[in-house]
Amino acid sequence: MGGRTVRLAVLALGGLVLAAAAGADPTAERQSTLIHRLKHDCGSCHGMTMKGGLGPALLPSALANRSDDVLAAIITDGVPGTPMPPWDFELSQEEAVWLVRRMKRGVDNAN
Amino acid sequence: MRIRKLVTIAVALLLAAGCQTTARGTGDLGLVVERAAGQVQIVETTRKTSLATIPGLGDLSHASIVYSRDGRFGYVFGRDGGLTKVDLLSQRIAKRIIQSGNSIGGAISQDGKLVAVSNYKPGGVKVFDADTLDLVADIPAVYAANGARSKVVGLVDAPDQKFVFTLYDAGEIWVADMTVPATPKVTKFTDIGRLPYDGLITPDGRHYIAGLFGEDGLVLVDLWNLEAGPRRILDGYGRGERKLPVYKMPHLEGWASAGDLMFLPAVGHHELLIVERGSWREVGRIPVHGQPIFAVARPDGRQIWVNFAHPKNDVVQVIDVPSRRIIDTLEVGKAVLHLEFTPRGEQVWISVRDEDRVDVYDTRTRRKIRSLPVDKPSGIFLSARAARTGL
Repeated sequence: MGGRTVRLAVLALGGLVLAAAAGADPTAERQSTLIHRLKHDCGSCHGMTMKGGLGPALLPSALANRSDDVLAAIITDGVPGTPMPPWDFELSQEEAVWLVRRMKRGVDNAN
Repeated sequence: MRIRKLVTIAVALLLAAGCQTTARGTGDLGLVVERAAGQVQIVETTRKTSLATIPGLGDLSHASIVYSRDGRFGYVFGRDGGLTKVDLLSQRIAKRIIQSGNSIGGAISQDGKLVAVSNYKPGGVKVFDADTLDLVADIPAVYAANGARSKVVGLVDAPDQKFVFTLYDAGEIWVADMTVPATPKVTKFTDIGRLPYDGLITPDGRHYIAGLFGEDGLVLVDLWNLEAGPRRILDGYGRGERKLPVYKMPHLEGWASAGDLMFLPAVGHHELLIVERGSWREVGRIPVHGQPIFAVARPDGRQIWVNFAHPKNDVVQVIDVPSRRIIDTLEVGKAVLHLEFTPRGEQVWISVRDEDRVDVYDTRTRRKIRSLPVDKPSGIFLSARAARTGL
C-alpha cells in the first residue's frame, strides 16, 4: 500500500518535471536545427534572410505588432487558401513560439 | 650585341605568353550557387572538378543564372536584387549592380543583347544592356487601379525578341516585344487563374505554360497565335482528391520534355502528370516519392530525374520514359535541391545542400562517380544553357 503511494507520487513528480521541460526553450542542438530549417526551408518562400519572397517578409519590423501565439499557430497550422503549409508534423507548439520570439529578435546573426 | 637583343626579346615574349590564361572554350564549364555564402563555384564537367570560387554576390538564397550567347559570361540573379555578370574565363566579376529590392530570376534575349530580371519588390521586369548592365527598359507590373504592383515569376525569353512572364498576385501573363528595346510593346492576358507560381516555355519556344497554385490546372499561351489568348489545360487534375501540403513550390523551368510527352510536377499531389503535346491532354500519371520539385529529362528524353520537397528531399527518383516506370530510387543525401545534365546527358550533377556536396552521377549506370565539396549548394547551371531558348 505504502509502496504504491510512493510510486504514484514519484510518477506525478516525474510528470511535473516533464511538463516544466515542455515549456522551456528547446535544447541548443534543437535550436540550431530549428534555425537551419527556418533559413533554408522556410527561406525558400520567405527568403533566407527573412526579407520575403513569394511569401511575406518575416523581419522583426513586420512581426513586432503580432501576438506570439497567433504567429506560432500560423506556423503549426498553416494558412488555408494560401501556399503556407502546416508544419506541425515536425515542430511543436512550444518550439513554434520559441521560433517566433527568435524571429522577432532577428535571425541575421544566427547560425 | 644584336644577338643579345634578340634573346632578350624572345625571353620577354615567352614570359608574356606564360602570364596569359591558356586559351580554352567554355562549353564544358558551369556555375554552382553557394546559397548561404553568396558565392559561385566555376566547375568543369570534363574533369568533373571545381576551377574557382567567386565571392561577393550578395544574397543567393534563390539565385538563378543565364548565359551570354558566347557562353563566356554568367548573369547571376540574386534574391537581394543583385545582378552580377561573372566571367568564366578570367574567373572574376565583370560587372555587378543592385537593380531592385528583391528579385527572383531572369532571362536573356534571343539576340543576346538584353538581360531581363523579374522582381518581387518593386514588382515588375527590368531590362538591361547585356554588355554594360545599363538600364534599357522598365516594365512595372501594375495591375490594379490603385497602382498596386504584382510579384513577377516565370520570366523567359521567346523567339522574335520577346520576354514572357507571369504576375503572381494579379493572375496575368504578359508578353513583351523588345524589338525596340527602350519601348517594349506589351500584350497582357488577364484573369488567367489564381496564384500562378511559375512559368516555362517549351524548348522550341512556341508554348508558354504557367502553373497555378490556387487551382488545379495550368495555363497555356501559344506564342504563334497570341490572338487566341490563354487557354486552361489539365483543368481540375486533382479534383476530388485531398490536396497535400506543399513544403516547397515546384519549379517548371527545365521541365521534362521527352518526345511528344511532357512530365510536370503536380501541386499538392505526389505525382508527375504526363501531358501530350498538341492535344495538351493528360495521358497518365506517375505516383512518386513526394511533392516533385524539379522533373528534368535527360537530353535524349529517355529518362526523367526527379527531386522532392522537404521533408522527403533526400531522394532522387529516375523514371524510364518508354515504360513510364520508376527504375531507380537513389538515396542521394540530405536536402537535394537541384539537378542538371551535361549537354549530351552522360552525367547529371546534383546539389545536396545539407551535406555541402555536389554529386556527379553517370546516367547510364546511375552510380555516383564524383563528389565535390560545395558550401550549401543550390542551383547548378551549365554553360550549354547559352544556346537554349527559355534557359
